[in-house]
Amino acid sequence: MTPLSTTDYDAIRLSVQVAIAATLLSLPFGFGVAYLITFVKFRGKMLLEVLVNLPLTLPPVVVGYFLLLLLGKHGWLGSLFNEAGIRLIFTLKAAVIASAVVGFPLLVRSLRIGMEGIDPQLINASRTLGAPWHDTLLTVILPLSFPGLVAGSSLMFARSLGEFGATIIVAGNIPGVTQTIPLAVYEYVSSPTSETMALSLCLVSVVVSMAVLFLHEMIARKTARRR
Amino acid sequence: MQLFMKVDKRFGAFSLRTEFSAGGDRVGIFGVSGGGKSTLVSMLAGLVEPDSGEILLDDDCLFSSGKRINLRPEQRRIAIVFQQHCLFPHLNVKNNLLYGFKRCPSKQRKIDFTSLVDVLKLKYLLERGVTNLSGGEKQRVALGRAILANPRLLLMDEPLSALDDTLRFQIIPYLKSVSEQFAIPYLFISHSLLEMRLMTDTVLVFEKGALVEQTTSEQLARNRMGSSQIGYINLLKLGRGSDVGTMYDYPWGATRLLLLADSGRDGCMAELSSKDIILFKQHPEAISARNLLQCTVRSLFRSGRKTGVEMECGGNTLISEVVQDAVNELGIIPGSTVFAAVKASAFRILPG
Repeated sequence: MTPLSTTDYDAIRLSVQVAIAATLLSLPFGFGVAYLITFVKFRGKMLLEVLVNLPLTLPPVVVGYFLLLLLGKHGWLGSLFNEAGIRLIFTLKAAVIASAVVGFPLLVRSLRIGMEGIDPQLINASRTLGAPWHDTLLTVILPLSFPGLVAGSSLMFARSLGEFGATIIVAGNIPGVTQTIPLAVYEYVSSPTSETMALSLCLVSVVVSMAVLFLHEMIARKTARRR
Repeated sequence: MQLFMKVDKRFGAFSLRTEFSAGGDRVGIFGVSGGGKSTLVSMLAGLVEPDSGEILLDDDCLFSSGKRINLRPEQRRIAIVFQQHCLFPHLNVKNNLLYGFKRCPSKQRKIDFTSLVDVLKLKYLLERGVTNLSGGEKQRVALGRAILANPRLLLMDEPLSALDDTLRFQIIPYLKSVSEQFAIPYLFISHSLLEMRLMTDTVLVFEKGALVEQTTSEQLARNRMGSSQIGYINLLKLGRGSDVGTMYDYPWGATRLLLLADSGRDGCMAELSSKDIILFKQHPEAISARNLLQCTVRSLFRSGRKTGVEMECGGNTLISEVVQDAVNELGIIPGSTVFAAVKASAFRILPG
């Protein structure tokens, strides 16, 4: 097996960076959306659910293209950032946003399953014991959603590690800047002389993903034992 | 405690419409499942908003559709002991107990944590996780948690129905003593006539979303005697039993009773159904029933097709049920003497 090159190490580092940033960025939003869908009655709830799950069914390149339209220099959000001197497209930030958008449905889904498992009477008990809703959110819903939070975060992290379609559209494939493991593998596979290099990187990808999933299982079991 | 509720609530095909005023510290809400008891409790606690109406507790307005007032649950200071204990599984016993206490403004804190822990005998459980407790322990912690929130009113929403018989009668003394000792009025919700009699003075009876009766718990039990499969349950306070061969002899007021069961305690309560008492006009020559009590008829009352006979017996009260034909035949009138025969096996000693 061919040893890893400096570019490969960069790709591994960037992959992990993107996955961590995308997961951390999505967590508060994911928690908020899961809370809204699970506990709050409002008109347009179904529309919100459809929109949240849309990236799960759309081809990632389509998501990437929409993000390009949104975050591009003349896009609705991109122009605002541009005025503030922040460039998003073809930067690591764009890769983080692409990963966050594509993995978001998985995070929300897991959090929602966790929240739906909470006995509504516990929430009622908390309120009647004097806790305002934000207190109940922090002291009852959040800790009891922990298994869903762990499951969602690890799924999102793993999904971010493998994100390709949307990332290549909005962040490009620039070695050392936006090139993550999948993009580097794609580049190796495109070149007829570098297939063995692709295999080394693929194995790294497998090891990292397995480590994340093992960690997820361990935390899930530990949490289940505590209950 | 003075409670006034005039509320209207509709859930699909079910609707609850009621108006009542109830006073006292031990109020019961009685009715079969689906009668609207839990909806009423939820509206009172602020967990469900009525479609319209008004809720006043001690003249404080908790809800008024006309004045657009709807206090949030945490502002009402009404704690609930739920049917299922509803303890927070991520907190240990101590932190569950302190959950409401910490959120209660210090000037409203009248109940001391240590004294409550002593009354409920929870000291040895404090550091335990709540998932490792027995059903009775869980319900004691749930009760303590509600009391420590220093509520102005305690709602007990069928707190005993998830427990088996033994645990039920172990918890009842705690429910009574804690609310009495810390002077917290309560609203006790149940579909059990016996629990109503043990726990409440005034009872509101709900059926199909409407208040159908407002009475005392004793009167409710008498009214339901004729339609109840178990009749009226006499609750007898017995002294310590002594072994007399095949039976146990218990002092009951100025008289004595022979029972098959041994309580194993100094004093105990025993149940005796009005259906298990046979009345004789004169002392029978011989009878297999081991208890033959001379009683004086105090009063008669009708309940469905049955007639209840309230009797004085050795300083105690006993209620038997008979049909009207028997009343006529035996010539039972207030002041007359009758003999009540009860088998030794008819009594049921309550666990405690």
